Amino acid sequence: MRDTTSMLPLIVRDLRLEMDGRTLLDVPFARIQNRQRNVILGPNGAGKSLFLKTCHGLIPPTSGRIEYTLPVSATEVRRKQAMVFQKPVMLRRSVRANFTHALAMAGVGWYERRRIADETMAQFGLSGLADSPARVLSGGEQQRLAIARAASLGPDLLFLDEPTSSLDPTASRQIEDMLDVLHERGVTLVLTTHDLGLARRFADVIFFFHNGRLIEESDAERFFTQPETEEAKAFLEHRLFW
Amino acid sequence: MQQDAIPISSILSLLTGDGGNFLGIILLSLQVTITAVTCAGLVGLPLGAGLALVRFPGRTVIIVLVNTMMGFPPVVAGLAIFLLLSRSGPLGDLGLLFTPKAMMIAQFVLVLPIIVALTRQTIEDLWTEYQDHMTSLGAGRLRSIPTLLWDARFSLVTTLLAGLGRASAEVGAILIVGGNIAGFTRTMTTSIALETSKGDLPLAMALGVVLMSLTLVINSLAFGISRVGARFSGKS
Amino acid sequence: MLRRTFVTAAASVLVAIGLLSAAEAEDRFITVASTTSTQDSGLFDALLPAFTAKTGIIVKVIAQGTGQALDTARRGDADVVFVHAKAQELKFLEDGFGVKRYPVMYNDFVVVGPKSDPAGIAGGKDVAVALKAIADKKAPFVSRGDKSGTHSAELKLWKAADIDLPAVRGEWYREIGQGMGATLNTANAMAAYTLSDRGTWIAFANKGDLGIVVEGDKKLFNQYGVMLVNPAKFSTVKAEDGQAFIDWLVSPEGQSAIAAYRIDGQQLFFPNANDPNA
Repeated sequence: MRDTTSMLPLIVRDLRLEMDGRTLLDVPFARIQNRQRNVILGPNGAGKSLFLKTCHGLIPPTSGRIEYTLPVSATEVRRKQAMVFQKPVMLRRSVRANFTHALAMAGVGWYERRRIADETMAQFGLSGLADSPARVLSGGEQQRLAIARAASLGPDLLFLDEPTSSLDPTASRQIEDMLDVLHERGVTLVLTTHDLGLARRFADVIFFFHNGRLIEESDAERFFTQPETEEAKAFLEHRLFW
Repeated sequence: MQQDAIPISSILSLLTGDGGNFLGIILLSLQVTITAVTCAGLVGLPLGAGLALVRFPGRTVIIVLVNTMMGFPPVVAGLAIFLLLSRSGPLGDLGLLFTPKAMMIAQFVLVLPIIVALTRQTIEDLWTEYQDHMTSLGAGRLRSIPTLLWDARFSLVTTLLAGLGRASAEVGAILIVGGNIAGFTRTMTTSIALETSKGDLPLAMALGVVLMSLTLVINSLAFGISRVGARFSGKS
Repeated sequence: MLRRTFVTAAASVLVAIGLLSAAEAEDRFITVASTTSTQDSGLFDALLPAFTAKTGIIVKVIAQGTGQALDTARRGDADVVFVHAKAQELKFLEDGFGVKRYPVMYNDFVVVGPKSDPAGIAGGKDVAVALKAIADKKAPFVSRGDKSGTHSAELKLWKAADIDLPAVRGEWYREIGQGMGATLNTANAMAAYTLSDRGTWIAFANKGDLGIVVEGDKKLFNQYGVMLVNPAKFSTVKAEDGQAFIDWLVSPEGQSAIAAYRIDGQQLFFPNANDPNA
């Protein structure tokens, strides 16, 4: 179901990232489909986070292109996507101010900011924490704040770097619930993880990375039942591979 | 050696006896120092943040220069400003020499490098934490400056206090540009210098104690405020 | 919101203190470049209120060494100079920086030294003999070394005692480049001899073991003169008010105020505005 109003799918071509002569990332082709739950899987150091940051535009690639389906300006691309980092960046302000600051940076007006902030906090059960300083929240609360803050910007495309990696099962569960809500809302999600459980429960599409290279891109179901590459098989069978 | 003692009576007589005059000296000291530090903060905080974030050719040279200027000898600064403000100097027409304004200018010049250098360091550290988030939000380095200054506010209070410390302890520069005129440009520190030269060491020491106490009060207040504030914003 | 209140409160306290005495007095005033000896002895504190009460002119005194005071005036940064080194004053007039020199008063110098008196000069009346003894015994001596009136008087005294200072000076002769009070503090700490004007000496509170060892020699005479800085050189000079101050100093009223200034019952300065040779 092709959505003609969306800038997605996002297509990555011949993407290479090199630093000091070392190739950190080598992705000949990748397609991030609209409204899908895309999971970037792979062991630590496989280049997952770099791929995410490069797609998000935080790291300029050495060569290659990141293309959107609709011809959109760079500002518009920036507006339509958001990213949640592995270690969420908490401004030294209240929870509410963390929302209003992000919205202000996105150019939202004074009253609108507060309205959106309060609405988003209500949706994700953060209203009770609105006036708490963000930096005293627990790890799980901080991650929820970071995701809700990114969601409040109304992105079409949301990148999440290891959103549950440092959380206990309960907190992870809450994060997954939030992601489900966003998915239902039509947000395209791209997240990295090395947690096979999360990948199995969550993914529509799997991108499997190894040593900086994207070596397998397939349907989640197919990936878990019939992995094509030896590396993927090894990763699925021996969980301690990473 | 009776002058080694600091008689409480001489502090008391300072505060009560020649009261009006002494109060004037304290107020002038506070006025000069606080004005100088406030102005240096207004200029130095954005400047330091800019230096932390904006890349331009010669930036490293400027950083080294600013760091060096932190150790600028006050007497040299005083002399330079004296020559500028003197009637025979380029800014002589302003008639600022031997006025409180001249002392504020001298302290401003001495405090500014401290504030710029420490602010640059603080903001640079915070930027490494915030960079990805701010870039993701589409805010460039320049647009991030207000955010970073505000979020570093409790560290920056310490920066301002460092400036305040240098300003309030300073005597060399303001002696030269202020002239230590009784009732006009006589401050705590120049009074101490004067009483020492008069050989009234107990009085000089008593003045020193008062100056230290004032500095202590100001520092405690600022520290307390920033501590309480920091707790409310969850930094500690 | 609480933290915002804190920040606001802190900021307003700072601003309030800053503005508290910001109302600067824009009164009528003149700037007088004078010597540390007049200030450290407390003479100005006694004289100036009377003058200000009579004329409404406030006198701002910059206390420096005579050389520095004349230099301040040369840069146009003072309206009146009130110093004590006649040769330098005449040079100042000659160069066109001053209008006219008025003798005002004199006091005298005294040689002070430690009780132990290593040069054995205590009680002497002849300063030349005393200085010779100090140089011969290499007894410690602290010199102002700051081109002040007292410093140039000291150098003249060595010369008058037939001592070639550059030839004989050694570790015993310490030039410290500071004001009279600091010099006395140093002499006290080092148990050294030094030359001081009597006014500063009497008012000086940290005498310790120091005492007068030589006084009363005519060569120790110390004349003060006052001059208006030439308004033709610097248009900013407040000629009228400056001249009013000079006129008052040499008037019978000013002269008797000078004579009346005493510390511990001792008269410090002796008015002599009427002595044309002073």
